[in-house]
Amino acid sequence: MTAMTVELQPGFADKVLSAQSTFRMVMEAMARPGHVMPVDDGGGRPPSMMAGVAAIALTLLDQDTPLWLDAAFARAPDVGTWLKFHTGAPVVTRPDLAGFALVAASETLPDLTSFALGTPEYPDRSTTLILQVPSLSTGPTFHLRGPGIDGVTSLAATIEPRDLFARLSINEALFPRGIDVILADDQSLVAIPRTTRLSPAGA
Amino acid sequence: MNAPTYNFAYLDEQTKRMIRRAILKAIAIPGYQVPFASREMPMPYGWGTGGVQVTAAILGPHDVLKVIDQGSDDTTNAISIRKFFAKTAGVETTTSTEEASVIQTRHRIPEAPLREGQVLVFQVPIPEPLRFLEPRETETRRMHALAEYGLMHVKLYEDIARFGHIATSYAYPVKVNARYVMDPSPTPKFDNPKMDNCPALQLFGAGREKRIYAIPPYTSVVSLDFEDHPFTRYKFDAPCALCGAEDSYLDEIVTDDKGSRMFVCSDTDYCEGRQAAGHRGVENAAPHKEGAHG
Repeated sequence: MTAMTVELQPGFADKVLSAQSTFRMVMEAMARPGHVMPVDDGGGRPPSMMAGVAAIALTLLDQDTPLWLDAAFARAPDVGTWLKFHTGAPVVTRPDLAGFALVAASETLPDLTSFALGTPEYPDRSTTLILQVPSLSTGPTFHLRGPGIDGVTSLAATIEPRDLFARLSINEALFPRGIDVILADDQSLVAIPRTTRLSPAGA
Repeated sequence: MNAPTYNFAYLDEQTKRMIRRAILKAIAIPGYQVPFASREMPMPYGWGTGGVQVTAAILGPHDVLKVIDQGSDDTTNAISIRKFFAKTAGVETTTSTEEASVIQTRHRIPEAPLREGQVLVFQVPIPEPLRFLEPRETETRRMHALAEYGLMHVKLYEDIARFGHIATSYAYPVKVNARYVMDPSPTPKFDNPKMDNCPALQLFGAGREKRIYAIPPYTSVVSLDFEDHPFTRYKFDAPCALCGAEDSYLDEIVTDDKGSRMFVCSDTDYCEGRQAAGHRGVENAAPHKEGAHG
């Protein structure tokens, strides 16, 4: 029995201040779409989860946030127990019931319209997608426009799935309904709220 | 050792998470009022419980906090809230607009321009701009969903029919990002143009009404008007009696019981800064008329 026991990874070393500093990074990222914000590696996390995703989960999830995990996270042995222990978020299997969705692998990202998109009266009742991506510092360049951006800004990132930004164009017709996305890697995060319009550089 | 201890910035962590999630949604949908589970705070409704909760949820140990009440750093409300966070969060406080990273405000926007990275937190009494036109929440919610804002234009038109101009002088409705009509809280309309394309993040908290909304940086904020009755920011006919500023919002101060009065900057930090820089007003201004200029 003891050979099978794997010690659960810890969460934030300082729950209060790490959650606060991570939140400010997320808030700043949401207020300035495309701006890459650093994330402190606040503590432990499951091996398959990048630091940015773990910090966001510890900061925003609790018993009030139905959580949807993609197949890659759902089958990783320690992710479910770690999230349950540290956040208490109930895991749901229907993406349209989720307040937050954690996605580890692009091939298991379902069609974006399968998530909650809010209603015209309550557009805030939508899923926030937290997507683990390979790199937020190098890769193809995209131009971003919208609230929070002074004119136009650009983001160079390696994002899987490659057509994510094209898929996010549904937000334009849906607004004020829509889906907000936070991209995170091991050191940083970027937010793409539903108001941001994306186009590949050179297009 | 018997003194009661609080969590950092007073609120418990679960409450902060709930407010933080609402703030993120508010930023993602500019001008939309996000419902949140407002808590009782150790101060009465109307004293800024919404703003205080937003500030408590975002404040960190490295922040420098400024609190203003009608532009002033030294009124009871401003001092109480500043002391509240100095005590419960141990943050540094300031009266300088420049030095502050978080500014909580009741009904003014500082005269000094705000910069990127600053957060302006408004205390909001009635967040719903349509509330006095339509009392039913279900109806105002539907009107926002359909972007049906004709009623608001009727209200402004009735102003024109009755007074010859749009007489609404505070809580002047704005349209955010060409979608949601929003109440900028009872700031004088003088401050409305400062909200447009502002580099700082603007957050609005209504404690009693349980709503949070936001204007992200660099977002269009347009004061509603008509082509033939364009929005005007009023201009005072006299400069500040203390610092001589001609571009600031003025308060009327009664100086005796014989009708004497003076007009001074509402933004005390701005006024003191100008006086420190050597600007002088006439000390005792003649009564002036307030009028609208194009």
